[in-house]
Amino acid sequence: MTDALAVESRGLTKRFGRQVAVDAVDLAVPRGAVYGFLGPNGSGKTTTIRMLLGLVRPTAGEHGLLGQPMPRAAGAVLPKVGTLVEGPAFHPYLSGRDNLRRLDAADRTVDASTSSARIAAAFERVGLSAAAGKRYRAYSLGMRQRLALAATLLTPRELLILDEPTNGLDPQGTREVRSLITAIAAEGATVLLSTHLLAEVEQICTHVGVLHRGKLVAQAPLAELRAAAAPRARVDTDRPEDAARVLRAHGVEDVVVEAGAATGRPGTAVAPEKLVEALVHDGVPVRGFAISAPGLEDLFVSLTGEGFDVSG
Amino acid sequence: MSAADLRFFRSELFLIFGRRRNWVGLATLAVVPVIIAISTSMSDGDDPTQFFSSITDNGIFVALAALMIELPVFLPIAVATISGDAIAGEANIGTLRYLLAVPVHRTRLLAIKYAAVAVFAFTVAFLVATVGVLIGLALFGGGDVLLLSGNSVGMGEGLLRVVGVCLYIGLCLCALGAVGLFVSTLTEQPMGAAIAIIMFSIANFVLDAIPQLGWLHPYLLTHHWNDFGEFLRDPVSPSAILPGLFSAGAYILIFLSAAWARFGARDVTS
Repeated sequence: MTDALAVESRGLTKRFGRQVAVDAVDLAVPRGAVYGFLGPNGSGKTTTIRMLLGLVRPTAGEHGLLGQPMPRAAGAVLPKVGTLVEGPAFHPYLSGRDNLRRLDAADRTVDASTSSARIAAAFERVGLSAAAGKRYRAYSLGMRQRLALAATLLTPRELLILDEPTNGLDPQGTREVRSLITAIAAEGATVLLSTHLLAEVEQICTHVGVLHRGKLVAQAPLAELRAAAAPRARVDTDRPEDAARVLRAHGVEDVVVEAGAATGRPGTAVAPEKLVEALVHDGVPVRGFAISAPGLEDLFVSLTGEGFDVSG
Repeated sequence: MSAADLRFFRSELFLIFGRRRNWVGLATLAVVPVIIAISTSMSDGDDPTQFFSSITDNGIFVALAALMIELPVFLPIAVATISGDAIAGEANIGTLRYLLAVPVHRTRLLAIKYAAVAVFAFTVAFLVATVGVLIGLALFGGGDVLLLSGNSVGMGEGLLRVVGVCLYIGLCLCALGAVGLFVSTLTEQPMGAAIAIIMFSIANFVLDAIPQLGWLHPYLLTHHWNDFGEFLRDPVSPSAILPGLFSAGAYILIFLSAAWARFGARDVTS
């Protein structure tokens, strides 16, 4: 296990009976990263996270957190890890404050005398102070999510593992939670953020790992993934067939003819301005010309071969 | 126990004794001696049943009569509910995964959970006895205690013997609690666990009542429970008490080990 990685796994595999939920996943989350752990529902994200935390025993493979082997070093490592796994879960008949007290009491590494102050600070930070004394039962889904986030902030953490942290929040709450995560990351913590929201990844992540049917199909810094994705050229014209012919003639690949436009991947062989010149020279009336890098969604579809549906 | 363990243990007790559902349960247990005392004071006929016949002579027998009445069903239900809830309850609402991620070592969690179940087991025994003694003394007065062996002892020693009875019954209930903790590691349904534990204890009583199964009787969980009456003989004979203590100890050891083996290896997917 190297110290430079906050989360590391090699060949991490989980089989439930004959079904392979997680298939030889090699995670590498650098310290300080905000790592977007992306995948459709059912792709194995939560099982992977459960294995990382030692809740589920891997069928094969090994992993470590903060440079130490898990689950052997769990007692030393997990106090530095804040977690939100598969939604909030608290005792319904206890108040939010009493629930956090209980979690704090369970942690043998913390100072009991600072408990109240730390709990109050955590409530403050997630904007839940007004409801701290209310029973958890009476909390809305958004408040529950905030309480779970507050629980991850009871002590200073080096790593946050957050499974769908903005689930159930309204747009305002979503924005607040995202800025909270960004702030925590700015303080130096590593964040592993599992999500199926591409917008979330685009906004706050520095690294991305894409899980598809239990396999990690991509893992890279976000900027690198973006750069690697081939941009497409689009010619708006009333003679798309002719435009397509010209594009092909200049080495543009994957040319598609649409109503009123032709698109294709120009690659690096030909400069865009040369394409326009060629089109005009051949008498194709060009109404518009654009080069667009694919969004993360296109990227995702190209990696998994499907949209954001449930994997079987 | 370190300060940190003590803090977690207190939190566990708060979960059990701070819960309204459990107050209702404890109140139900406490009502039985009150009913026994009041109904005895209103009837004038002689009740030949053990302990009941002595109530009008000395109020502390209300405690013993209540314990005898509650031992086969009420007390096991109370302990089954709490012990069945121990792990299954946390798994059911999902708090188990967060406790383990704190982290709480699984062995530590079982130890703290069982310690709290044991506290509850002794609490219910002493609760029933205390309410029984208080209402009994209020309605029938105290005085020398006529033992089952025919001789009398002073009020102070009589109360001490009631304490002995409570400790004995408490330990018996701890044995059921150990079975309960094990069952609780098998499921995510606390109610299902509680029902299974209640069925187990009832089955033990039923089997114990079938004379053809005599060879099995010494091994049954509940076989020695009613031996608590031995505390009311003079002298208290160790040979009459020890089998019950050994049996409870063996059940505790076996089922805590089973709970540990099961829970230590289990995938927590709730």
